[in-house]
Amino acid sequence: MARGITSYGTYIPRIRIDRGAIAAMHKWAFPNARGKGARALANWDEDTITMSVEAARALPLENISSIAFASTTAPYADLQNATLVAAPLGLDSNIGSADFSGSLRAGGSALLGALESAKKGDALVIASDARRAKPASAQEMSFGAGAAAFTVGNDNVIARLIGSASRTMPFVDHYRTNGQPYDYQWEERWIRNEGFGKIIPPAVESALAESGLKAGDINHFCLATTMRGLAATIAKKCGVDGEALTDDLSANCGDTGTAHGLMMLAAALEKAQPGERIMLITFGAGCDVMIFEATEEIGNYRSASPASAQLARGEVESNYGKLLSFHGELDLDWGMRSELNEKIPQTQQYRASDQLASFVGGKCTDCGSVQFPQLGKCIDCGSMEPTTPHNLSNEAASVASYTGDWLQYSPAPPLYFGLVNFKSGVRLLMEYVDVDPDNLKVGAPLRMVYRIKSIDNDRHNSRYFWKAVPMASKGA
Amino acid sequence: MAKGISDKVAIIGMGCTKFGERWDAGTEHLLIEAYKEALADAGIEHKQIEAAWYGSALDNVNAGNSAIPAAMALRLEGIPVSRVENMCATGTEALRGAAYAVASGAVDIALAIGAEKLKDTGYGGLPVPFKGTLNSAWMPMGSAPAGFAQLASSYRAKYGVAPEDLKRAMAHVSWKSHENGVKSPKAHLRKSVSMDTILNAPMIAEPLGLFDCCGVSDGAAAAIVTTPEIAAALGKIDPVTIKSIQLSVSAGRESGTDQWDGSYVPNTRNAVKKAYEEAGIKDPRTDLSMIEVHDCFSITELVTMEDLGVSRDGEAVKDILDGRYDADGAVPCQIDGGLKCFGHPIGASGLRMAYENYLQLQGRAGDRQLGKVDFGLCHNLGGVPFNGVAAITILGRAK
Repeated sequence: MARGITSYGTYIPRIRIDRGAIAAMHKWAFPNARGKGARALANWDEDTITMSVEAARALPLENISSIAFASTTAPYADLQNATLVAAPLGLDSNIGSADFSGSLRAGGSALLGALESAKKGDALVIASDARRAKPASAQEMSFGAGAAAFTVGNDNVIARLIGSASRTMPFVDHYRTNGQPYDYQWEERWIRNEGFGKIIPPAVESALAESGLKAGDINHFCLATTMRGLAATIAKKCGVDGEALTDDLSANCGDTGTAHGLMMLAAALEKAQPGERIMLITFGAGCDVMIFEATEEIGNYRSASPASAQLARGEVESNYGKLLSFHGELDLDWGMRSELNEKIPQTQQYRASDQLASFVGGKCTDCGSVQFPQLGKCIDCGSMEPTTPHNLSNEAASVASYTGDWLQYSPAPPLYFGLVNFKSGVRLLMEYVDVDPDNLKVGAPLRMVYRIKSIDNDRHNSRYFWKAVPMASKGA
Repeated sequence: MAKGISDKVAIIGMGCTKFGERWDAGTEHLLIEAYKEALADAGIEHKQIEAAWYGSALDNVNAGNSAIPAAMALRLEGIPVSRVENMCATGTEALRGAAYAVASGAVDIALAIGAEKLKDTGYGGLPVPFKGTLNSAWMPMGSAPAGFAQLASSYRAKYGVAPEDLKRAMAHVSWKSHENGVKSPKAHLRKSVSMDTILNAPMIAEPLGLFDCCGVSDGAAAAIVTTPEIAAALGKIDPVTIKSIQLSVSAGRESGTDQWDGSYVPNTRNAVKKAYEEAGIKDPRTDLSMIEVHDCFSITELVTMEDLGVSRDGEAVKDILDGRYDADGAVPCQIDGGLKCFGHPIGASGLRMAYENYLQLQGRAGDRQLGKVDFGLCHNLGGVPFNGVAAITILGRAK
């Protein structure tokens, strides 16, 4: 059977900044500033690593033999980011891995590479971006944040690749030099007409030719852009039916960079019927065009984290200050209590990587009690035998105690934390995130998420660990 | 079965500095101030001290690690000096070391001294101590009030107490300590505060407001201990004796298993059970003349009333609001103002609690002197309810 997509998942941060709040802030200088809808904002403790984990964690990962991670905002320049995603996903160490970057096309290119690979095993492809935008720039309004993940394999294929084409061209619509926070963007009219308008149609024609289809056969057209009306223009130019246009996710998410095309593909797959054709186009220094055909299998498949659910779950935030403060646009004075030494001992980090990245506790071989962290002696039976691994990242858990701490430094006060009970009987002091205060009560169910624990500003590094999200109690 | 140390150790001298914002003094000078008073109170000479235990908790303030800074400050030359640290129970740990040395017969006269120079941090509240390389990698590093605020959420859930009722009882705890602090000359905070002010103060860690939190102070306190026989030889009539010192430390059950409901402090219950046995306290509700508890936060004092058995489980809110622990109540609590108003220089606090009991037992507590005082209890906590240390000291007189 031909290689194709076997599953997909997406993630969009919970915080959605009201674009009206952004416009209101800048109206004094730019009277025409206006904003509609909301855009996703990564929380201070979310980055492309954590968003990727969320997008991929519900996928079938048992037979993964390689992981590809695509982003232009990966935290590390030299430290393979894919490995940092693989560990919390619990992937084996005997897999291949690679980072893709350098263009917003990197997500599409990584997916195409996995689909065209001759390797037998399943590939995991994740694209994620949370790009910073200069305050008052057009990008501040248009950028969002998110991740999309796909597994690619030969069995249980829900959409197979039936054609593709690529173009590689020195067309610079924007660029960002290493170490710089913001893109430098060229005029939009030129990008639309000379870039998208001239580079994409011939590539689409090549891909259609390879697949033996006509433009009219495309049922879902996914062009990775949030530029207003551009997808419709290009579709028309290529002869694709306007009905096939897939929502560009700008209303409640924004442009998710390398993830955007994949996010739209996921949204299209959610709707696609067996036999329908999906065209995905990602653009950046050229373009990649892929044509998929949904298989019969798609009728049996349901993603645990489809784009529709991720779009719907947001909380609109009208405090523009958070947008500025979370990722360094504005350096607030947090006082002396924020002067913490967050140096990360790599020796300890590596020694405990199963605990810290994969959230693995120890199960007593004698009495079955679970403990975290893994210590040498069982609290219940006193056994000093080696423990067996017990994963906590997906175990049911509930609030045992809580508070909101306004004294201790947190980039997003209050620092919510408390004791968390897991179903297996193990308990941990954990940070609570994405807190709806109505949900934070003793006994409330929790969901574990992988986040940045702390940032070492002196050494430009971050710690990651798991945090707990209070959920609405069922029947409450 | 061990016989314990009841009545084997007498306290013959104590000293305590004025607590507060001691911009004038460093740790070394606070130590001298407490030591000087203790020495004069004991009526002995410096050279009679044979061993010393020095408590200080935080290494980012104070005079440095090890016992050397204390030996240097007090010129304790050529004798064993140890530095002890057990979080906020450090002061009691120093007393325990000195008392055990005397009880064992290793030395005749020993010094316990503790100090903390918190106002050198530059900010309010305590610094968060380093928790080790592994714990730092996963454990949320919340503030001390946030650690203790956890008690409130679990206590409310267990007993179905309305948040506003718990908040009112907590406010009464602080109100009472402010009233007591007025009569306590060495206390840090010596001002009455209205219930409304307490209830409406800015939030520190839900539900603890500013006035639910104790003072962050500088200070030092010291005790000189010996055997009752030597005390008698020194002319001390009916000296104050140590009836018990007990300690319990978390081993991970509270923070690592779901076997604790979070509404009380298991370490306190473990330590006090042994302490009552060692001291011969049959019914704490009637036998204790006074208690000095670790009221780092109002919620801590509230649950401690149940942990010590002076209130029945689930009844602390009612007992507190009924005035049971006020200065004129059945069991006066924090008669010197407590951590709340006397202040909380960590390394000194356990010794400061003993100091108040020591004065009260001898009828030397001035305006705040209680009537008949037979047994005084000190309850000194370290860490947080789920990961901590509880130390109980009971003082009285030899029969």
